[in-house]
Amino acid sequence: MSATTAGSSRLHSKLHYRLQRYGMEAACLLLGFLLAVWSLTPIYNMWLIALNSHEAVFSGALYPEAPTLEAFRVVVTQDFWYLERFWHQFGNSFIVGLSVMFLTLFIGTLASFTIGRMRLRQGWLLTNAALMTYVIPASFLAIPMYRIMNTYGLANHLSSVILALTTFATPYAIFIFSQYGKSIPMELDESARIDGANPLQIYVRIYLPLMAPALVAVGTYALLLAWNEYLYNFLLLSTPQSMTVAVALAQFLNSDESPWNFMMATAIIYSIPPIVLYYGFRRYMAAGLTMGGVKG
Amino acid sequence: MSSTQQAVAVGRFAGTRPATRAWFGGVHGADYVWAIAFALPYVAIFLAFVVYPIGFGIWMGSDAALYRELFSDPRYVTTVFNTLIYVGIGVNLKLFLAFLLSGFFIRKGWWIKALLVIFILPWATPALPAYMSIHWFLSGTWGLLNSALYELFNFDGPVYLNERWTGLGANIGAYIWKTLPFWTVILLAGRMSVPQELYEAASVDGASGLRRFAHITLPMMANLYLVCTLLDMVFALGDFNSTFFVSGGGPAMSTEVLATLGIRYAFTLGIPNQGVATVMSALPLLIPLVVLLMRKLRMSEGQL
Repeated sequence: MSATTAGSSRLHSKLHYRLQRYGMEAACLLLGFLLAVWSLTPIYNMWLIALNSHEAVFSGALYPEAPTLEAFRVVVTQDFWYLERFWHQFGNSFIVGLSVMFLTLFIGTLASFTIGRMRLRQGWLLTNAALMTYVIPASFLAIPMYRIMNTYGLANHLSSVILALTTFATPYAIFIFSQYGKSIPMELDESARIDGANPLQIYVRIYLPLMAPALVAVGTYALLLAWNEYLYNFLLLSTPQSMTVAVALAQFLNSDESPWNFMMATAIIYSIPPIVLYYGFRRYMAAGLTMGGVKG
Repeated sequence: MSSTQQAVAVGRFAGTRPATRAWFGGVHGADYVWAIAFALPYVAIFLAFVVYPIGFGIWMGSDAALYRELFSDPRYVTTVFNTLIYVGIGVNLKLFLAFLLSGFFIRKGWWIKALLVIFILPWATPALPAYMSIHWFLSGTWGLLNSALYELFNFDGPVYLNERWTGLGANIGAYIWKTLPFWTVILLAGRMSVPQELYEAASVDGASGLRRFAHITLPMMANLYLVCTLLDMVFALGDFNSTFFVSGGGPAMSTEVLATLGIRYAFTLGIPNQGVATVMSALPLLIPLVVLLMRKLRMSEGQL
């Protein structure tokens, strides 16, 4: 008698435990589903508008009833007057992105080498300058920056955006490089010195190769920052010749009667390189973030 | 906290210890020239594109009359309120959600990993296309949201961007949509770096899941959470894109924030000094944030 109650209660608790686990799993699945919908809806909306024909955009349908790649054809063949120089502007975006990337890596590694490896006594000044720049919002500096770029004679020149964005990308680079550099043993530098290497040789032959993972992380960060930036591109580049894709894309908003499907097709093509880059280097990016980004 | 300070202090003394000085402590001679040469590019960039614009901005916004005019402008007062709501709610709601979600994503299983890949997509998408899409998603007459509400529930949704509060809500929602994955990943990394032995030891001592959370996860994550909050407050304060592309500051400039109003004054209305004054008026909020953050970030550097 007592044995059977014990057995059934054990069965009961086992069942209870199972139900609880299934309940938990179901709740997780539901949350996961909601998260997927939340993340994908605006992306889906982009494709929905881009795949519609010009008239069907306003139909309010939840899916493209007669999907067409017409909008993508127009963008790729530059068949609309806002898009006349699309591929040229795409190239501009690449030039800006790559230049910002290389300059950031160059200036960032040099500065962090002085701070971390050569132990310049005034190094803390550099660290503080970088930290301060990192926490000043770029949009707050836009107005005076616009003025001084005109003073420097760089308006409507890609170099103005390149220099401004390098300024905003370098602090993060110095921060990450300084953190990562601490994992490289100082003895390597010391033994190279005994062998008679000068600081430049140590920088090129020892420091840079060992910093490779951090270089990838920061390079990706700088490239994405430059590609995705809008405000500085818009303020500093206003001629069709000097524009980047971001500015060309926002031009569609100048009129209330723009072909929104062309705009969304442009937006999708503009989004592809950064998304590919991001997923390609996600491992490094995550490592970079945990390395020091905001680790408390 | 005290161990952090100790680490910083030790780091500082280590630099003056004679053994290390022999090679690196005091840089002198040819090395000093090298060190200066290596630092020069950053110093040049910093002087030309940070110090000069800041000085120029302070000069542009140094007239007290600008601020009298600004404070008497009702649009400015609205903007300050909007900015406080945007930063206060946008940042805190998002980080709280990110903290909860980091607990969800630390679970094991293939589909959690797959979901994380999808969940990251808003962060990988450039801000401009994302916010443009959200703007059209919310369009009153033919936007996807209202179409879906009508199809599914036969409900006629409002024209979201024609109303101050729904417009501001849309801007905040878009900002959360875009940046939630980033902070979730950061907090997830923070959770993963909590030593597993702590949890094991607590389990051996018979601590329940809730107590493990309260006595291990929370204290270990508190500092990271604070740094993230401060950092994102600075980012949110300077965020231009979400307001500019989702609501466009409208209707009738009722959803502007300081970052967009400054640009609007300077480039749409053609009064750059007023624009600088608008941005400068955020300094009482920005400076304490920056000082706190710099202290926190420097400490974390000493610790690592």
